[in-house]
Amino acid sequence: MWIYALRRLILTIPILLGVTIICFLLVQIAPGDPIQSLLPPDASEADAAALRAYYGLDKPLVIQYAVWLGKVLTGDLGMSIQVDAPVAEEVGRAFANTITLALLAVALAFIVSMILGVIAAYKSGTWIDKLFTSVAVFGISVPTFWLGVVLVIIFAVELNWLPAAGMGSSGSEHFSYLRWEDFKFAIMPMIALALPPLGIMTRTTRSSVEEVLNQDFVQTLRAKGLGEAAVLRHAVKNAMPQIIAMLGLQLGYLIGGSVLVEMVFNWPGTGYLLNKAILSRDLPVLQGTILVLATSFVMINLLIDLAQSIIDPRIKRS
Amino acid sequence: MTDATSDPITLNQEADLPQAVVRGYWASVWNRLKYDYVTLFCLVLIVLIVLSAVFAPWLAPFDPEKSSMANRLKPVGYKEYLLGTDEQGRDILSRILYGGRTSLAMGILPVAFGTLIGGLFGIIAGYYGGRVNMIIMRTMDVFFAFPSVLLAVAISGSLGGGLQNQLASLTIVFIPPLCRVAETAASQVRTMDFVDAARASGASTFSILKDHVLITVISPVLVYASTLVSASILLASGLSFLGLGVSPPTPDWGLMLSTLRQSIWVQPLVCAIPGIAILITSIAFNIVSDGLRVAMDVKS
Amino acid sequence: MEHPKKPEPHVRDPHPRDTGGPAQPMLIARDVKKHFPIHAGLLNRQVAEVKAVDGVSFSVMKGETLGVVGESGCGKSTLARLLMHLMDKDEGEIILDGLSVGTYQGMPLQDLRRSMQMVFQDSYSSLNPRLTVEDSVAYGPSKQPGISKKKAREIARDILEKVGLRPSLFGARYPHELSGGQKQRVNIARALALDPRMLILDEAVSALDKSVEAQVLNLLNALKAQLDLTYVFISHDLHVVHYISDRVLVMYLGQVVEIGPVDRIYADPRHPYTRALLDCQLSMHPDDRVEQAPLAGDPPNPVNPPSGCRFHPRCPFAEEICSSKMPELGDTLRAGRDQHLTACFMAQPNSGHSKAPTQAELLKRSAAAPAPMEA
Ligand SMILES: Nc1ncnc2c1ncn2[C@@H]1O[C@H](COP(=O)(O)OP(=O)(O)O)[C@@H](O)[C@H]1O
Ligand code: SF4
Ligand SMILES: [Mg+2]
Repeated sequence: MWIYALRRLILTIPILLGVTIICFLLVQIAPGDPIQSLLPPDASEADAAALRAYYGLDKPLVIQYAVWLGKVLTGDLGMSIQVDAPVAEEVGRAFANTITLALLAVALAFIVSMILGVIAAYKSGTWIDKLFTSVAVFGISVPTFWLGVVLVIIFAVELNWLPAAGMGSSGSEHFSYLRWEDFKFAIMPMIALALPPLGIMTRTTRSSVEEVLNQDFVQTLRAKGLGEAAVLRHAVKNAMPQIIAMLGLQLGYLIGGSVLVEMVFNWPGTGYLLNKAILSRDLPVLQGTILVLATSFVMINLLIDLAQSIIDPRIKRS
Repeated sequence: MTDATSDPITLNQEADLPQAVVRGYWASVWNRLKYDYVTLFCLVLIVLIVLSAVFAPWLAPFDPEKSSMANRLKPVGYKEYLLGTDEQGRDILSRILYGGRTSLAMGILPVAFGTLIGGLFGIIAGYYGGRVNMIIMRTMDVFFAFPSVLLAVAISGSLGGGLQNQLASLTIVFIPPLCRVAETAASQVRTMDFVDAARASGASTFSILKDHVLITVISPVLVYASTLVSASILLASGLSFLGLGVSPPTPDWGLMLSTLRQSIWVQPLVCAIPGIAILITSIAFNIVSDGLRVAMDVKS
Repeated sequence: MEHPKKPEPHVRDPHPRDTGGPAQPMLIARDVKKHFPIHAGLLNRQVAEVKAVDGVSFSVMKGETLGVVGESGCGKSTLARLLMHLMDKDEGEIILDGLSVGTYQGMPLQDLRRSMQMVFQDSYSSLNPRLTVEDSVAYGPSKQPGISKKKAREIARDILEKVGLRPSLFGARYPHELSGGQKQRVNIARALALDPRMLILDEAVSALDKSVEAQVLNLLNALKAQLDLTYVFISHDLHVVHYISDRVLVMYLGQVVEIGPVDRIYADPRHPYTRALLDCQLSMHPDDRVEQAPLAGDPPNPVNPPSGCRFHPRCPFAEEICSSKMPELGDTLRAGRDQHLTACFMAQPNSGHSKAPTQAELLKRSAAAPAPMEA
């Protein structure tokens, strides 16, 4: 077990290095010369060369990468061009908002998908099963940003129950999920974000619970006179490791995948930040945000894997 | 049992199997598929969507890029505007028909390119194994460290808008998963006795890859690729929604949704229409690919 | 079940492609070794190796069938793959009709492919599920220089006829539309399509029902006579090997422990391992033969083979010397085809084993049996 954990940990290092390489290259593949945008239009060739040397852009790419990586490792993600603030600060603030929203969405997806999936598995083959499976297909197929717009149309425009966008008057600093005035801003983004993982997790839950229900020992339990509720509890318990694994994976996807939903609802998370950076071509912010998000995705996967190997040592992974 | 003197060569081997219906793999796939009505319905739906996009110039009642200040943001069913008009007075139906061209192309082309490139790398990695496999697959692992939406947004965001850039970034998103599927299949084929038999008969590695590995790898890869078309449509429209796709006034479902979003307080229903087009197409592709997967599962 | 009588070996005219003459063995394997590294641990270092084939030497005469027996995992398939050059050997030499294969002055690999082919066990992986029978059989010829696709198909149909499958009926079928016996006939046809002089048959009938097995064995014997073939027949089934072989080679943990003419091995097994194999399998009624480890004790582990005689942990006669010294088999290449060799101290005079024969006993024994013929 510990060998596995250690090995998994060590294998993560080259992945993270690869992530930094890709993030570094993101700025390189961007069209246009970064120096030109910093120079006044009448600047001479010599001025350009001097500035290039100042930023180290005259060095070979490998050196530039090493220098950049060194800074990143000390937490320096550069300066935002747009707002003249350290990228790390901006990303940090946005990241907190993203992760809270993602956690809420995953919790919602988990609860609903458990209910739908278990019932669908239990009623396998009936119209209830078909209905719930259709919900799952809908969840997987729906464009989240459109769903967000539709939710706004229904609950903000037509019914006027919920606010259309933003994080409320108290702002992101003092936002509290326990206060209704604040929480109501999170409801629609949470639902829009939760639907795709809900679809996927309903499928997973349904198939793994159904698989357990079809096994011989369940028949034995029934034969022994165990009630249906107890049988079901047993099945769910057996299917749990698989469901938990899927849950963790989805959390990771949400953290990286909330760009569109955050944009629809002006939710000041990393997705919103990313969108602003794209519009203003603020490459340092783009790079820093992607780096933080991808790194956290890798770390979440690592944690799930480790947790899994503790919960269920039978699972052998290569 | 056979008697000892009978000539084994004329033994009636043919008796122990009835005259079996001889048919190919794809025929048997179709045989299963033709009873799956939901899948068939969605298949027909996809064909219709594709046809309507292809024949948009003949089907569209209006010029999709011609604006009309007098007819801005009209509701569904207003005069000849079957699905209403957008914020510049352009006919939504015409724009949906034309917009299907980019949306469908962006659903299929990145997956097709990803299949070619990822499949090639996967087959090489799977068949050669060892160091080659390690280099290719570890590189792919790095890309798996990015959720697909994030990777698409990252590459597109840094390359900027435009269809080529969108195509490039989506292709890069789909290469790693397709490579992994092809690698798994190819590394299984590699251990099969029939590959050794082919090697023993002097076939070159290239011939074996072409004649044995490819035809075995192709069906799992295609099944998987078909599941990605829907994802590609969603991703592409998402990128367009962020302004990282076609440039206006070219119609595109994602871009239409993005501009109409400003008008939800005026014409809520009209604003939701482009999204419905995306949704229907993506559901249809999802269901067809799932039906295909079931039908192509030889074990069942 | 009685196996039908096998055809008497008869003297043939030399094969048109013969290079070494009738006295030259068809195949010589000299001290062939293959060790698979085992990687483990954090950094995937090599921690051990499987000695799958560990110094195997033997020869096969022209027109002969050499049976190879041994428990599963003893290295039979690895040996087959080494002979076919599907796998690089670590050490040793393989000589086909007097020409060393793969060396500078010897036989190029392409010629080996034409001369020697392999029949695999009937399993889901022996035939490509996506190719029709005819395509599978025509594949090898179609890859040869100067043979057109059309010609390859002709060859395929011809061979299919030879193995008892009517091409018009079976040519267009896919493997899943065939019975086990039919599939195995296709496997044989595929191997014969290149007109080889020699076949390596690895568990060629092991997956078949008994009645089908007899038919395929008959077919193999008939083909051998008709096409002037030489066989190396690998199987874990001693009955089948008894029926088809002229000589038998017994393998244990990557090594040859006994080799000799089939009748002598079966009538007078000298190695305790061979004896145990025979006791176990021949005593049972053939109809309820099961594939099982024929012996008590630990299953063989080629990763860390025991010191001395590799069989000593399971051997009822093991003595001190057995765990300290490795018994020699003797020179299988110098000895004639009637020679019976055993890698056991009990078969070697003055070996130090208490049951070792004295010179006198040995003389008596060799007087009773036909005198060994020098090569
Ligand atoms: N490619 C390989 N890599 C590592 N070990 C192998 C490989 N092929 C075979 N072995 C090992 O070599 C030994 C002999 O295998 P094999 O030749 O298949 O035996 P048999 O055919 O007699 O059953 C086994 O212990 C097997 O696990
Ligand atoms: S050498 Fe010793 S241990 Fe090996 S088989 Fe002979 S008696 Fe048994
Ligand atoms: Mg074997």
